[in-house]
Amino acid sequence: MATFFGEVLSVYSRAVEEDDDDDEEEQDEEDQLILRELEDKRQVRVRWSPTIEQSPDSGHRLPCPHLLLAVGHNATRFVSVYFLSHGGWDAVGHVSLWNERTVHSEDTTCVLHRHRESHQVLVCQVDCFVAEDQLFQWTEQVLGSLDASQVTVLSDCPAAEYQSPQPLGPDPCLRSLHTSAWSEPICCPPVELPNLVSGLPAAVVSFCQLHNISAAVYQCYSDARSADSTTMDMFRPVVARLAQDLKVGIRGTVSCCGLSKVFCANSAPVLFLGL
Amino acid sequence: MFIPSQKSAPDLKGFTLIMPVVAVGNVGQLAVDLIISTFDMCRVGHIHTDCLIPMAGNNPYSTRKEDADGVHTAAEVYMSREIKLAVLQIRSPVIQKRTKKFRQVLVSWIKASSFSRTIVLSGSHAYQRDDRQLQGSPLRYLVTPSMLKLSEEALKELGWLEMEKVQTFPGLTDGAAEPRLYIPGGGITKGLYTDSCAEDLPLAVLLLFCSEGDNIPDAFTLINHLNSWLHLLDNPGEDQNKWKIPPSWTLMFGGGIPPALF
Repeated sequence: MATFFGEVLSVYSRAVEEDDDDDEEEQDEEDQLILRELEDKRQVRVRWSPTIEQSPDSGHRLPCPHLLLAVGHNATRFVSVYFLSHGGWDAVGHVSLWNERTVHSEDTTCVLHRHRESHQVLVCQVDCFVAEDQLFQWTEQVLGSLDASQVTVLSDCPAAEYQSPQPLGPDPCLRSLHTSAWSEPICCPPVELPNLVSGLPAAVVSFCQLHNISAAVYQCYSDARSADSTTMDMFRPVVARLAQDLKVGIRGTVSCCGLSKVFCANSAPVLFLGL
Repeated sequence: MFIPSQKSAPDLKGFTLIMPVVAVGNVGQLAVDLIISTFDMCRVGHIHTDCLIPMAGNNPYSTRKEDADGVHTAAEVYMSREIKLAVLQIRSPVIQKRTKKFRQVLVSWIKASSFSRTIVLSGSHAYQRDDRQLQGSPLRYLVTPSMLKLSEEALKELGWLEMEKVQTFPGLTDGAAEPRLYIPGGGITKGLYTDSCAEDLPLAVLLLFCSEGDNIPDAFTLINHLNSWLHLLDNPGEDQNKWKIPPSWTLMFGGGIPPALF
């Protein structure tokens, strides 16, 4: 397309790809075979531990009163520090997937942890890239194997993606989105229009809305480029009740060693905020 | 797969279905937003499919605090019993390798719901028009043979322009080659139309030649064009405000500018 000044620009559409008009019928057999193999390689697979009773592999759905899902650097590290670092968790399942961003051609794995004593809570951290065509399948595979009563999703997102008449301040902020079946009090404002939730949190909360499962997404909008304690601290009120039930140290007993583990991995100078 | 919001599935038999195709400028989706918002339509179900990129948000048509809650998803069905109208809103793009499957999902749902007719709102790249299309109205229509039987008289009266077929290689062939239907930037429009012809569905496509940008005026053009056929509103052209803009259209070009920039 030529502009007013005569430059020729390649036209970009936010809605459709340029080759949308190509029909699949035009593909030959070899193309179809390659696409089928690629499709097969991109399948999301869940492997359950043989130790759990009523394995979803045998057609049962694993009872799960509360699923806590963490998506993104801050959310996953928060869950590591506040829950998993206290011990008492068993790895009960592995979700593996492969896509174009998988390094070393090995499948990326997300681990599902279950609280050893109560069996009430299942925690899953997703810090890997799940491609757009894998989101639906990830959700169907994981949530389809669970008999989940309540789902909480913690997620983080760049503050620049949040649209509001007044720009957000320098501090991170938390917004929520919950299904119609959610009855618990919400500790932060809703995701205001015209903002949306995308990616895995969107796939999970859509599944829960359609299957009448009580679910909430807590999305933290932050300017920080890597995981930091201020952003992670935003999630603390959200899981206060859950932490109380599990008797993990939410009231000032989170170990410094847990935090140092997080920040050493980042090698970024961080102010300790007295979590 | 259609999943109803309530326990029982709504009876949509004999209803007119209006749906957008995700196409250049998102004009169809904007026009459908105007219909849902104006007629205060209620959500009756979702299309749950792996063909669309998942997205979720709060109620895009909410005007009061009480109706703001509950997750709204990538593809939802709304209805209005008074005007016997059902609307499918599609809010996210189709995953590129699953366009054929998505068309099949739509066609089988349309057939199963027994709609009296289906109207698809879409767009096409304005810059790819040929010489015949450059002048006059930017609006075009397409109808399947079974739709033509139903609405031949009405369409004749309206005097609309049918989408022209084009030569595959303009200027290079002697004209003996079969001209083809070409809707660049139209997403699944062409595929849905050809599938509907094959399945003998009464379906019409209304499309607008447009470009990416501020497509709100395009949405009004398309919806008023549709209204001249369906008469959903009386004389909307005299007062554009009769179409109600949903609150989700705010900040379409970004949020406030951070003062720290200056």
